[in-house]
Amino acid sequence: MNAPATAAALVAKDFKSDYKPVWCPGCGDYSVLAAITKALAILGLRPENVAVVSGIGCSSRIPAYTTCYGFHGVHGRALPVATGLKAARPDLTVLVASGDGDGYSIGGNHFLHACRRNVDLTYIVMDNHVYGMTKGQPSPTTEPDWSSKLAPGGTGLREFHPLVIALASGASFVARAFSGDPNGCAQMIAEAVRHPGFSFIEVLSPCVTFRPEQRAWKDAVHAAPVAATDDAARAARRIMTDDGFNLGVLFKGKRAPYQPASGGTQAVAELEAGFRLGSL
Amino acid sequence: MDAKPSVSVALAGSGGAGVMTAGNMLLEAAAHAGYYGLMTRTSGPQIRGGEAAAMLRLSTFAGDGQDDRFHVLAAIDWQNVARFAAELPLGPDSVILGDPAAGEPPEVFTRSGARYVPVPLKAVAGEIAGAWPNMVALGVLAGLLGLPAASLEAAARRAMKKGLEAGIAAAQRGFALAAQVPAYPLAPPPKRASRWLITGNEAAGYGALRGGVRFVAAYPITPATELLEYLAPALAKVGGTLVQAEDELASINMALGASFGGVPSLTATSGPGLSLMVESLGLGVAAEVPVVVVDVMRTGPSTGIATKSEQADLGTALYGLHGDAPHVVIAPNSLEDCLAATEWAVGLAESLQVPAIVLSDQYLGQARGVIDVPAQGSGAVERLKVQDGGDRPAAEPYKRYVLTPSGVSPMAIPGTAGATYTADGLEHNERGTPSSQPSDHLAQMDKRARKLAQLDPGEAWASVEGEGETALVTFGSCTGPAREALARARAAGAKIRLVSLRLLAPAQPQRLTRALEGVKRVLVLEQNHSGQFLRYLRGEYDLPGEVKSLRRPGPLPFRPAEIHAALTQWSHA
Repeated sequence: MNAPATAAALVAKDFKSDYKPVWCPGCGDYSVLAAITKALAILGLRPENVAVVSGIGCSSRIPAYTTCYGFHGVHGRALPVATGLKAARPDLTVLVASGDGDGYSIGGNHFLHACRRNVDLTYIVMDNHVYGMTKGQPSPTTEPDWSSKLAPGGTGLREFHPLVIALASGASFVARAFSGDPNGCAQMIAEAVRHPGFSFIEVLSPCVTFRPEQRAWKDAVHAAPVAATDDAARAARRIMTDDGFNLGVLFKGKRAPYQPASGGTQAVAELEAGFRLGSL
Repeated sequence: MDAKPSVSVALAGSGGAGVMTAGNMLLEAAAHAGYYGLMTRTSGPQIRGGEAAAMLRLSTFAGDGQDDRFHVLAAIDWQNVARFAAELPLGPDSVILGDPAAGEPPEVFTRSGARYVPVPLKAVAGEIAGAWPNMVALGVLAGLLGLPAASLEAAARRAMKKGLEAGIAAAQRGFALAAQVPAYPLAPPPKRASRWLITGNEAAGYGALRGGVRFVAAYPITPATELLEYLAPALAKVGGTLVQAEDELASINMALGASFGGVPSLTATSGPGLSLMVESLGLGVAAEVPVVVVDVMRTGPSTGIATKSEQADLGTALYGLHGDAPHVVIAPNSLEDCLAATEWAVGLAESLQVPAIVLSDQYLGQARGVIDVPAQGSGAVERLKVQDGGDRPAAEPYKRYVLTPSGVSPMAIPGTAGATYTADGLEHNERGTPSSQPSDHLAQMDKRARKLAQLDPGEAWASVEGEGETALVTFGSCTGPAREALARARAAGAKIRLVSLRLLAPAQPQRLTRALEGVKRVLVLEQNHSGQFLRYLRGEYDLPGEVKSLRRPGPLPFRPAEIHAALTQWSHA
C-alpha cells in the first residue's frame, strides 16, 4: 500500500491498492479504476498528493482501491467533500468518483453547483443507467420503458442528460468516455486533471448484472468526429443531437477556476480591536 | 427616583423608524459612560420595514438576562407594536413614552398601570433639517438614564455615517426634553475596565478562530447568518477560507472535506439545517473527522418562528444521529461564553477527532452586550497527526484506526507520504479497510466510545455556583435569568445552588452527582415544551430527591422573578 521510497516515476499499478473490489465480474468499473490509475501515472503524480473522493454506490467504492488518499462519504455528497478539500488544500489533486444514482439523483443539486462554482476538480461519473448496489432500480438516466421491480413497465420518465446539464451549469470541461476503452479513458482523465477548473467526464460503464444488454455498448461507441470546442452553444447543439455514444472531449472552456479568498496574515488577536470599547 | 443598578428600556416603532439604530447608539452611549449593557431585539416577520423593538438593559453589573419588567417603553409610533406586548412586560412603576402625534398607546400596554407621558418626538425632529424622531427618542432615553451628554455624542459620532450633525442636534433636544419625563437614573458606573461590545454570534465566530478554525462552509439561515457573516472577512484576514454552500447537506460535507485535508473546520446553522446535517455528522463520527457545527437554535419544529429563541434542538443534537455515534455537545451559558464554548468545542473536536455541536440560541446569538475582556484561551489544540512517513517500514502499513488506549489514533493528512488511507463511513478495520466482521465493528465502536469516555473536562463541564439543599439545574441561555434569580434568593437568605451544564455530551454523571451532593430538591429549568433537558437528565444521571420541571417553549425568555418564585415557594414548602 505504501508508495516506494524512491522518487522514481510511478506506474499504474503503484496507484492500485491490494484491496479486492466488491464489483461483479465484467463490471465496467474495473476498467475505470484501471484508467484512473493509468492517468495518475501519466500525470507523474504521487499517491500522497492525490485524493479520490466518493459517495455511495458501486462506483463510489473506487477510493479504497487506489493507493491515494481516499474519502468514501455518504450518499450523494462527494462533490461538497471534494469542494471543501480542494478549497482548503489547493495543492492537492482531487478526483471525484460517482455514479448515475449518487451523482445525478441524490447528489443532483451539488452537481449543478459544482459546475457553476468551477472549483478545480475532476468529476468522473460511471453511468450504467441503474442502481446496482441496491440490485436494479431505475436511476435518472434509465430509459423510460425499462421495467424493474420498483417500476414495473418502466418509470415513464425521460432521461436526465448530464452532459447538457453540466454545460448549462457552467462546467468548463465536458467529456464522454467508455469504460471498454481504458486507454482512451485514461488519456481523457489526464486531460481533465490538467484542465484548470471543474472537469466533468461521463463514463459509460456497463452493468453486466442488471443491464446485460449494455454489453452492446462496445459496438455502439465511436470517437467524436470533431475536436472539442470552447463555444458552449455549439457544444450544446452537438451534445443534444448526438447519439449518446459520441466519445471525446466535447467542450473545453476558458473560465478561470474558483479559489476562495484567503492568504491573510493577521494574527487572530488583532481582530479583537473590533470589539474593544477603549476606542469609544 | 432613586438611582438603580439596572434600568430596562425598550424602544419600539414601525419599519424605518430606526429603533435598532437608536437602540445600538444608546447601548454604546451607556458603554462609553462605563456601564454594562445588553440589547436584544424582536421584530415582525417582514424582510424589511416591519415593526421592531430594541430591548435594552443597562446596568452597573455584567449579565445577559432580561429583567422582570421594562422601566421604560418608548415608541416612535404604535403601528403593530402591540404584537410585542408579551415580550415587553411593564408594571405600575413603568413609564410609556409616546409621540402624541402617533395616537394613544394601545390598551395592552397601559393596563399594566404604567404611566403614559407624551413626548412630541416628531415635532421636535421636524424643527431640525434632516433630523429623525428616533434620535430625539435616543436623547430622551439617555437623559432619563442620567447618561452624560458627551457619551451620547460619542456614540452618535461612532455610529452615524451621514446626517451626523442633525442627528446630534436632535439627540441634544431630546436630552433636554428628558427633564420633563420621569427619571430612571442609573447608579454610578463601576470602576473603569477594559471591555468589549460584542454579539453572541460574533463571540462564537471569534472563539472558532481562536480555536484554530481556518475553513468555514456557510449556508445562510436565521439566526446563525451573522455568525457566518462575521467569519467571512475575519477568516480571510487570518489566512482562512470560506465557501458558500448550496445547502446544509453541502456545507457540513465541505467542512468534513476540508478537515480531512487537515484544516480545522466549522459550519453554523439553526434547527432546520442541523436536521439536514445529522447524517453527515455520523460520517464524521465513523470516519473520525473533526468538525464543529454551531447550532443557533430558534423555535421549531419545522420553520417554527425563525427569528425567535427556543432550546428545543437539544434532542436532535444529542440523539439525532443514527447508529451509536458518540460525539461532543457543548452549550454556552452566557453571551461571553459563546466565545469560550466554541473555542473549547474546536479543541475537543480536534483532539478527539470527532464532530462537536455547539448549542447556542437566538437569544444569545443575536444579543449584543458589554462584557469584560474574556480570558485568553489555552491556544489552538493540535490534532494528533502522522508525521511524514519515511520512517515507517513499508512492510507495516499505516493503520489509520489503530486501537489505542485513549481511542485516539494518529491521523494522516493528505500530502503525507507512506500513510495514505481511505476515510470511510463504512465500518472498517484498523487499517480503514471496509469490514463487516462483528469483531471489527465492536472494536471500532469501543474505540470511538473510549475517546469520549476518557475525556476529562475538568471544571469546564458546568458552572456550579452556591450551595444549599435546593438546586437549580439548567443550561444555555436560561442561565442568565437563573443566576439573577439565585442572587435575589441569596440576598433574601435562601441557600440554593446552581448547576448550569456546559458539556452535555459526553455526559458527566459522576461530576453531577458530586455537584448535587446533599441536595433534596432539583428544579430543572429549560426553554422548550416537552422537557427535553429533563428527559436527558433522567436518562444520563441520577437526580437526588424531589425533581420538578420549570419549562415553557420559546420565544419568551424566563424572567428572574418567576424562577425566584418557583424556587422560594418550593424550598419553603
